Amino acid sequence: MNTLVQRSPSQTHRTLTADDIEALAVGAWILGTGGGGDPYQKLLNMRLLYDAGRQVTLMDPLALDDDALVAVLSNMGAPLVGQERLSDPEFALKPLRMMEEYLGRKFDAVMSLEIGGGNGVHPMMVAALTGYPVVDADTMGRAYPEAQMTSVAVAGLRCYPLTMADIRDNEVIIPRAASWRWMERISRKACTEIGSIAATCKAPRSGAEVKQHGVLYSVSKAINLGVNVLKARAEHSDPIEAVLSAANGLRLFTGKVVDIERRTTEGFLRGQARIEGLNDFAGQEMVVHFQNEFSVAYLDGEPIVMTPDLICLLDTVSGDGIGTDSLRFGQRVSVLALPAPAVFLSEKGIAAVGPRAFGFDLEFKSVFEESNT
Amino acid sequence: MKRIGIDVGGTNTDAALLDGDKVIAAVKTFTTSDVTSGVRTALKEVVAKAGDAAQDIVAVMIGTTHFTNAVVQRRDLGRAAAIRVSLPASASLVPFCDWPKDLASKVNGGVYLVEGGHEYDGRPLYPMDEQAIARAARQIAQDGVKAVAISATFSPLTATCEERAAEIVRNEAPDVHVTMSSTLGRIGLLERENVALMNASLIGLARETTQAFVDAVADSGLGAQLYITQNDGTVVRADAAREYPVFSFASGPTNSMRGAALLAGVENAMVCDVGGTTADIGCLINGFPREANNVVEVGGVRTLFRMPDLLSIAVGGGTKIGRDPLTVGPESVGYRLAQEARVFGGAQITATDIAVAAGLISLGDASKVADLPADFVAAALARIHADIAEAVDRMKTDATEVPLLAVGGGARLIPQEMPGISEVIQVEHSGVANAVGAAMAQISGETDRIYRDMDRDDAIAEARSAAIAAAIAAGADEKTIKVIDVEDLPLSYLPGRAIRARVRVVGEAAALTEAVPA
Repeated sequence: MNTLVQRSPSQTHRTLTADDIEALAVGAWILGTGGGGDPYQKLLNMRLLYDAGRQVTLMDPLALDDDALVAVLSNMGAPLVGQERLSDPEFALKPLRMMEEYLGRKFDAVMSLEIGGGNGVHPMMVAALTGYPVVDADTMGRAYPEAQMTSVAVAGLRCYPLTMADIRDNEVIIPRAASWRWMERISRKACTEIGSIAATCKAPRSGAEVKQHGVLYSVSKAINLGVNVLKARAEHSDPIEAVLSAANGLRLFTGKVVDIERRTTEGFLRGQARIEGLNDFAGQEMVVHFQNEFSVAYLDGEPIVMTPDLICLLDTVSGDGIGTDSLRFGQRVSVLALPAPAVFLSEKGIAAVGPRAFGFDLEFKSVFEESNT
Repeated sequence: MKRIGIDVGGTNTDAALLDGDKVIAAVKTFTTSDVTSGVRTALKEVVAKAGDAAQDIVAVMIGTTHFTNAVVQRRDLGRAAAIRVSLPASASLVPFCDWPKDLASKVNGGVYLVEGGHEYDGRPLYPMDEQAIARAARQIAQDGVKAVAISATFSPLTATCEERAAEIVRNEAPDVHVTMSSTLGRIGLLERENVALMNASLIGLARETTQAFVDAVADSGLGAQLYITQNDGTVVRADAAREYPVFSFASGPTNSMRGAALLAGVENAMVCDVGGTTADIGCLINGFPREANNVVEVGGVRTLFRMPDLLSIAVGGGTKIGRDPLTVGPESVGYRLAQEARVFGGAQITATDIAVAAGLISLGDASKVADLPADFVAAALARIHADIAEAVDRMKTDATEVPLLAVGGGARLIPQEMPGISEVIQVEHSGVANAVGAAMAQISGETDRIYRDMDRDDAIAEARSAAIAAAIAAGADEKTIKVIDVEDLPLSYLPGRAIRARVRVVGEAAALTEAVPA
């Protein structure tokens, strides 16, 4: 257990400003590694909530009591559907209330399932409505497509219960599932049935579990990334450099998207983008494969970076993240690698989220190992 | 194959008569507040200047920045109501929620959210509340709002909710003009709705403006076919343009860039077009403008238009210059340059006056600016130069030096040297590059459909044939058609394999390639 000097709330809790939320949206989209959905709508909701006088408190995960109850929130479904059925805070709140009723106990705080993409901002909406603090942590440190691809699943923590809400008067509770994979299969099926978009409250976590198995300080990390990108943009300096230095990343490639192929299988958006090199990379070609998120990138036919290392495609000019569903021919992109959370570099972690988990018959090798030698 | 291109800008109305790729004659006139007389004058002058060559003109192609200027400057906009068929989904982010407040307060003619819409797979999302739509229509009519934009969840895939809602509105409020979002755009409810709302707010101006063009061309007695240029550098017949002003939003800059490419004989360059109100900076790749990635903002409103990637700054020939303290814009005297600028006898110091005082151009009466102190003129010019150089730098995406094509009526305001620019080329006939670009515009055809259980290549091939057929139907010559844009998007969670394919093609107007002087 962590030994901690007791700190006052003024040291462990801070009120996020409207600017922090703007920066969070930029940073979360970058950490989404192409998935998790564009945070724009959630940011819009947050602007409306802040305009109405609501605020969000971010809390240090180490300040959680061991027996505190933390809600793990996410929006689930296809990003394409999210562009037509818009994000709504009241809808995001519903599964939390369902879970409280089911458990007969109130939550002490909320946190994000995944910091990457829209889900990085998702719990902020619920926190703004309820006043619950948001824990500075998540369970991925990025975005991943499936339930078993989290730090808490890798740690073997309990995968149930789960609550799911539809915009109509449909509610789904999954009280028990045999494994994280079963939870994924059953909840995905229910989600598809109600229109491929659902608000969920995943298996609740204790304060002790979050402290031991969460990906800590990922919200602060996303905010910091966003602050640096916005600052670089305002100063007309290179936002890509700003991301690299703020997150200890590597620039792998700069080029232009020349072809995109997408297909859907089992509900996931799979495909690849071909990028032709520009500037220092002229004459070279990178192919980036994705399954909702970017999974593996090949440079001139050789795999050079693969999940769980974060593969981020950013707009070369603005530094904004680019989603696997918004990649377009002709885009000028930079391909970056950011280090993976340590939990995913373990044997169990690689099994859950390594290249083989995405159907690539490759032995995982971190691009950061290579660069260190 | 002769044609006349006309560009109606905020300040100037220009015309160019082309024979093939050759400019026979070009003129520059002032835009008038009634638009018609300016176009009539420009037509008359260019025909007179061309003399005997002005025979057998088969087409007049008009491009205008009228609509985009209306949004950017927040004027001549009508109020537009929004009916969104989406509840119980999408309740918090209401129509206009991401518009700049000043623009929303001018345009917002009431927001009505009603139950209904569709799912991604064509199932109804919720039963449509027809009573609520009828009530909304009556309220809109009672409020005196003349236009409504109707949007519905997944309407690009299943438009029946929007179509039924439009029918109800037409029954309840026959005088209210209806824009359906499904006719304008793609997946993305907020952005598609924004475009529909802009279209609705511009419909009054579009009717007036298009009619003015029709009248002016009819009066000219040329017997030429009238086309209006669109955002992507292609044209549609005037009657099609009247209902959809948003499709002609960015035609000015596109025309200017394509015209400059032709005039300068350069295909890869930066382009800076200094008009009366703004300077638009873009990047030309193989003779076509580089397109913006995804979301494009117009007047601060997010849209999903395919538009040239442009940066507009408030620096133009009509830009107001303030003294003590020195200010450059953002206001412009616009089409009143000929009355309000110092050199034309007015009282307002404009960027044009600065250019005259600095000896960059000779225009009007230079003695009217002789009193301006040299240090003030130099400081104002330095500010204009710095603003332009910074914008050019922001638009450059790679490090290699490229030429910059200086075009537009205010081209002389562009500095001769800038970082990252190999040379600044003052394009011949540069003042009328827009008109030349308009005259070069081609006819397009587009298709955007969902194909099931088909390979990507087969789906694209089918979409391509449909787009080519559409272009031919719109008057394009089959032999000249080429594909300019292909996009495919698989739709997740649909039964079977489903792919959404969108293909856009362009070709020369058949009337132009076939016309042989008698």
